[in-house]
Amino acid sequence: MCRIGSIKSRSPVAPARALHLMLPQQEGHDNSGFAMVMQDLEGAFRHYKDKPLLSLACTPRGVQLVNDYMEQKGFVQIAQWVPDVVRRPDLRISAMPRYVFRNYDYPEIYRYRTQEERDDLLVDTRLALRALLEESNDGYVYSFWPDVLTLKEIGDPADIATYFRLWDDDGRLEARNIVVQCRQNTNYDIVRYAAHPFFLQGYTLCANGENTFHTKNTELQRSLHRGYIGFESDSQNFLYTLHYVLHELRWPIQYYKHVITPLPFAEMARRPDHKVLTLIRESLAHLEINGPNAIIGLLPDGNMLACCDSKKLRPMVIGGDENTVAISSEVCGLNAILPDRDTSRDIYPGERETIVIDNNLEVQRWKQ
Amino acid sequence: METVKTQDVSLNDLPWIVDYRPERCTLCGSCVATCTFDAIAFARERVNSAARKSGSEESKGPATRLVVRQSAAVAQACTGCGMCEKVCPARAIRPVRNPDHRFPLVGRAHGPIKRGGRTNLNTQRTLDAIVVGRISQMTDPALDSERHTFDLRAPLGRVMLPHELPLRVRGDRLELEDPTPPVSWIYPVIFSDMSIGALSTRAWEAIAIACAYLNEQCGLPVRMCSGEGGMPVRLLESDKLRYMILQIASGHFGWNRILRALPRMKADPAGVLIKIGQGAKPGDGGLLPAAKVAPHIQAIRGVPKATLHSPPNHQGLYSIEESVQKMHLSLNAAFGFRVPVAIKCAASATSVSVYNNLLRDPYKICGGFFLDGIQGGTGAANEISLDHTGHPIVSKLRDCYMAAVAQGLQGQIPLWAGGGIGMTGNAAADAFKMICLGANGVILGKLLIQLLGCVGNEHGRCNACSSGKCPTGICTQDPRLVARLDVDKGAESIVNYMLTFDSELRKLLAPVGNSSLPVGRSDALVSTDKAVADKLGIQYAC
Repeated sequence: MCRIGSIKSRSPVAPARALHLMLPQQEGHDNSGFAMVMQDLEGAFRHYKDKPLLSLACTPRGVQLVNDYMEQKGFVQIAQWVPDVVRRPDLRISAMPRYVFRNYDYPEIYRYRTQEERDDLLVDTRLALRALLEESNDGYVYSFWPDVLTLKEIGDPADIATYFRLWDDDGRLEARNIVVQCRQNTNYDIVRYAAHPFFLQGYTLCANGENTFHTKNTELQRSLHRGYIGFESDSQNFLYTLHYVLHELRWPIQYYKHVITPLPFAEMARRPDHKVLTLIRESLAHLEINGPNAIIGLLPDGNMLACCDSKKLRPMVIGGDENTVAISSEVCGLNAILPDRDTSRDIYPGERETIVIDNNLEVQRWKQ
Repeated sequence: METVKTQDVSLNDLPWIVDYRPERCTLCGSCVATCTFDAIAFARERVNSAARKSGSEESKGPATRLVVRQSAAVAQACTGCGMCEKVCPARAIRPVRNPDHRFPLVGRAHGPIKRGGRTNLNTQRTLDAIVVGRISQMTDPALDSERHTFDLRAPLGRVMLPHELPLRVRGDRLELEDPTPPVSWIYPVIFSDMSIGALSTRAWEAIAIACAYLNEQCGLPVRMCSGEGGMPVRLLESDKLRYMILQIASGHFGWNRILRALPRMKADPAGVLIKIGQGAKPGDGGLLPAAKVAPHIQAIRGVPKATLHSPPNHQGLYSIEESVQKMHLSLNAAFGFRVPVAIKCAASATSVSVYNNLLRDPYKICGGFFLDGIQGGTGAANEISLDHTGHPIVSKLRDCYMAAVAQGLQGQIPLWAGGGIGMTGNAAADAFKMICLGANGVILGKLLIQLLGCVGNEHGRCNACSSGKCPTGICTQDPRLVARLDVDKGAESIVNYMLTFDSELRKLLAPVGNSSLPVGRSDALVSTDKAVADKLGIQYAC
């Protein structure tokens, strides 16, 4: 079972804070990896917030392949941050030879294109790079999106942090939103792509628990969008459904919960909006989840989302102060980073609730 | 001394031999009176004179005694129904299967063998080579089948793709702008289409009572399909019609009354099922032998007393597109587009093409694809059709589901599968596996009449549904035979079975950790047969 967490803050926070959120929960995860997505970046990336940022872990040949591809497509590299890593034999990490975090400018022909077209270009580029690197087993591309950075690695999270100097709060790497997880997906093969958080077109998602409807989710999702690929982890389904409901169908956020954990028919029948809810359940029956899950989502607009399965079989708590709100599988994580918060205001979301934290740290609780 | 005549049909040529014990028999006559096939009769039999006491009163009469004797005539062959054994107070008589019979030869002397029941040849049980092998252990908790709430409902009706739904965002809500096709969410079991005619009115009534009781007293919204041939006007005009799916088959029997009743209907029917074919005798229309066309059947169907052959296809239809446009549209229109209209086909090598066509139909008007496999039952068919035509249901259901998956259209036209569900007695296990393979629900037919008391089976027992002489009063219109059936008791046994079905279905849902139906959850199944696993795309386990 995974432990998941996220931090949303008015002022930028360093990854060390996210590690402090997760490490007290290590009895629940297995310390087999570390993965995080940072959004609304400061530090090294603060001047390039509107420029797509490529997060890559690869071989030297992979770097060359990416360089060639990006050049050929007309992307212009405008900034790069290469982590100054600590190579020590005692660190438990399966490091890749190269980690690349680069901001690019859009190709010239996209200068006057719509935002939608640009967004599609970024997805297609990431997918093409992924295919390119996969072909020769030369690396992994996690995200390619403005103001979003992804870091994933296999090993002990504390050692991975040491390797990337994440414990040093030197101001190089900071963000207002961090979604984090400290485990490789050990239910399946140890593959870097299998570690959540997962990212697609501005949407980030981290989930806890087995997705028992993985097969039926996957079988439908494969035909819904070109970006719904991989499926190395059964939790990717949650991200793709989030993306489908909010980005493709453009439905209001509350309907995500109605899609993944629809109300029982008897309960639906008593509601004034039962026609709409029944139609949603009918049409998207294959995107239902029916296992034990807790979900943290981060949306392109910076809103953070949390919800659980319909039987509340996975725990989750939300707490914060004026400056920071954090979500955690276990309350010990919150206690570690927010010891002085008012715990009476902690929220343990119910099986029918969706929690949304906006950029003003206002926490909304929606009953399904 | 008699000369042997080789071609004479003798008892040993028949599939069942009556094992009669004169020393136990009290000559009460119950067995003879009970046998509907005239397979037994009283007869005088010569007695070995050495066994008789000399000088006694008895010895003065002829050397015979009264016995119950089996007829050696093919037309009166014992069917093994066992009613004689059931009524015999002295345990003096019972039918015994004859492994050396020559019935397939002698039985064809006067034309094709006709019978009811299921295929006797293709009785392989693919579903028994599959087990629910993905049990929730540490990765996710199993549920408690007794305490957890389950949401066991299946769609009947045309489901729209999400991006086609007429929904508009208003503020933070979605609002419905236009009507959508009717879809009802019902229990994942439909009582299959057995007509009044094939069944006795009382047997049909027993199933209808069970259906209504399950809906109104047990909270199980099971639906029942009328079968071809209509139904009593009283039911058409009652609010109980909402539990019934009206069938229209190639003979269009009964529709005269249905259409006339339309203005007086208090409730919409649960659906309309267009029957194109049936699994037991694909490519053959319905067959109701004249022996079963009693006056009330003539009245309901509007026909004279004659053998009723439904044509092998709907005469006005030449293509799937046409069927969609003409039949589906007109039947949808007849009920104001409020009632789902589905179609039932015999499973066939062509089923996927048919399903694809329906899925791609631009009118989006087909509300269900009912697939019936070779192991489905029938009231009357040529044995050659029963045993040598048809298609196993399991792989065909899976093929159809996967064809929809390949197009991202799974769930758009609900798949209902039948033909051998519950053949070994456990319909819940069969249903669960079919659902995991892609069915939305299952259809049960033969099992229901077995619950009413039918003794037919796949080993040639009874299966005399076509003869009008059903010994259990289920498949006959002879009022004396029909009186044998206790309607209330029959309905009760169906209700009890369905309640057990529901419990057992939960018993399978709970260990896989699901509270709603796992449609398409093939990962929950494993097969101990490699060929089955490969064909169905599930894990092989050994």
